[in-house]
Amino acid sequence: MSEGTLYDKVWENHKVTTLPNGQDQLFVGLHLIHEVTSPQAFGMLQDRDLEVARPDLTLATVDHIVPTADQSRPYTDGAAEEMMSELEGNVRDAGIEFLSPETGEQGIVHVIGPEQGVTQPGKTIVCGDSHTSTHGAFGALAFGIGTSQIRDVLATQTIAMEKQKVRKIEIDGELEAGVEAKDIILEIIRRLGTEGGVGYVYEYAGEAIDNLGMEGRMSICNMSIEGGARAGYVNPDETTYEWLRETDYFQEHPEKFDELKPYWESVRSDADAEYDDVVTIDADDLEPVVTWGTTPGQGVGISEPIPAPEDLPPEKQETARRAQEHMRVEPGDTMAGYEIDVAFLGSCTNARLPDLRRAAEIVEGRQVPDDVRAMVVPGSQRVQRAAAEEGLKDVFEAAGFDWRNAGCSMCLGMNEDQLEGDEAAASSSNRNFIGRQGSKDGRTILMNPQMVAAAAVTGEVTDVRELEGVVSV
Amino acid sequence: MSDTDVTDIPEVEHVSGSGIPISGNDIDTDQIIPARFMKVVTFDGLGQYSFFDQRFDDDDNEQDHPMNEERFRDANIMVVNANFGCGSSREHAPQALMRWGIDAFIGESFAEIFAGNCLALGMPTVTADQETVEAIQDFVEENPDAEIDIDVAEETVTYGGQTVDVTVDEGQRKALVDGIWDTTALMKANQRAISETARALPYVESAD
Repeated sequence: MSEGTLYDKVWENHKVTTLPNGQDQLFVGLHLIHEVTSPQAFGMLQDRDLEVARPDLTLATVDHIVPTADQSRPYTDGAAEEMMSELEGNVRDAGIEFLSPETGEQGIVHVIGPEQGVTQPGKTIVCGDSHTSTHGAFGALAFGIGTSQIRDVLATQTIAMEKQKVRKIEIDGELEAGVEAKDIILEIIRRLGTEGGVGYVYEYAGEAIDNLGMEGRMSICNMSIEGGARAGYVNPDETTYEWLRETDYFQEHPEKFDELKPYWESVRSDADAEYDDVVTIDADDLEPVVTWGTTPGQGVGISEPIPAPEDLPPEKQETARRAQEHMRVEPGDTMAGYEIDVAFLGSCTNARLPDLRRAAEIVEGRQVPDDVRAMVVPGSQRVQRAAAEEGLKDVFEAAGFDWRNAGCSMCLGMNEDQLEGDEAAASSSNRNFIGRQGSKDGRTILMNPQMVAAAAVTGEVTDVRELEGVVSV
Repeated sequence: MSDTDVTDIPEVEHVSGSGIPISGNDIDTDQIIPARFMKVVTFDGLGQYSFFDQRFDDDDNEQDHPMNEERFRDANIMVVNANFGCGSSREHAPQALMRWGIDAFIGESFAEIFAGNCLALGMPTVTADQETVEAIQDFVEENPDAEIDIDVAEETVTYGGQTVDVTVDEGQRKALVDGIWDTTALMKANQRAISETARALPYVESAD
């Protein structure tokens, strides 16, 4: 078993006891809730005549169903309106802070936690959403939970869990221009497999991680779950502290920063920490990775040929055959030149300010062809405002992009932003499952935001490194 | 303590019934329950949307799928392959399958959050190697009415006159067999220890 890692330390600090079923009971430092997975949990609480134990450690927003165009109430979609009203009632009754669209602080739950300064090193963070792993970028132990577990957390502020193994993934070297954090995680998933991380928590380390900003680290931790790992983290460092210092919370309470920093430092993995497994990847060798199939593990370098199913391990062959049929791709071809109908810049993976900045560099001075539907959905209202202030909105709109309000949007198609028929989408999101973006015949190609921008302006999957304006992360 | 704190949680030592095979690796939660059916505030009625996009075409006509076949209508044990339930944390996935009639899963492997969600509903997710699972799938295909028995405590599956070893995660086995898989009351009872843990954390401003 691992020893001396951040995971071990945060686990120990939050362990309440060992339960009779053998699981550990962990205290939860921050519980984030949203409209899709929480209403049933509040219902269960009511059925059992229980109250929310720690509203002060709970924070709510609305992201999955929120319309990104017309947000006037009541929402045109009756089901969305019902979910929103339900959440409003639940947070009001329990006294939970709710960052609604009216506050100007709303956004995808995994974008706003860090923005608000409540995502901090050494915290345990849970949310009824598998991409909660995102918050691990700050050295928090963060993972997605189901609705019955949300009930547990609401009622007790604790969760029952079994401790897992720790795999250190060391990414050495430097990323070339046009290659991003997203490509690192897509590479990890294609190498280790979509189930490779089951039973593990991933610690991301190495020169390439050290050099990434917080947004890039979030993109990587975000997709840990796509590799089967329920949580992923990066040890906190000066980059982390710099981000935290700039948040409203620590600007208003600078003394808290000084008070908490020793704790943050104390949870860093020890230099001689022991891991259950170590994997090394060389960032120098990476190129932009795009998916050719219908799982995030079916990725390929932009200049590499799509593999033939028979060349894959036996257990991957059938899935690959079906995926290639769905995507209409041929082994031996590259993904470059694959025609797209939609370009989606958004999601908790890649819709933060630097993501939009890099994409705008590619878009500036170019035009989206008439037959491509291109959209930017900022990760939060803060990102939306900041991007507009520095002129990014104008750049995108001038090129023919639709500039929308913050939410999960086309990442999972729970609002009106959906693929239609067999449309193909270049998407900065995290899942390319069949049906994921709202149409069961839809085709999703995952890629980094610069690559999405390149696809948007050329109408096909394009190696962004060949375009003028390509930028380094 | 309220009445609900002492509610009896059933012990799940055995699950018996007939099986339904769902073949394929990496079957994700978007396939099990497409997101558009999650725009609801209760889990009631989700059963009919299980695997909806595989079971129905664009005009809602039935397509070939085991869950559409009359012979599997009464099945309560789903037999699946590797990495079943990967993707989202949505409990809507096991809830939908449970409401369709499923009580337990036999598979090569399960995504962690999915297995955890199943446990919270008292549904075992037992695992075996590819060969064993495929043999059970073949058996179920040939004998849709035959009884299968999952012995959670002994970690075996009995079908067609033979008993094979399977694996049940240690925590899951204990929780199911001892009837302590609903953790809310269990954890709430530790209030003092919860406060002590909170008090020791520098970032938590008040212990209660």
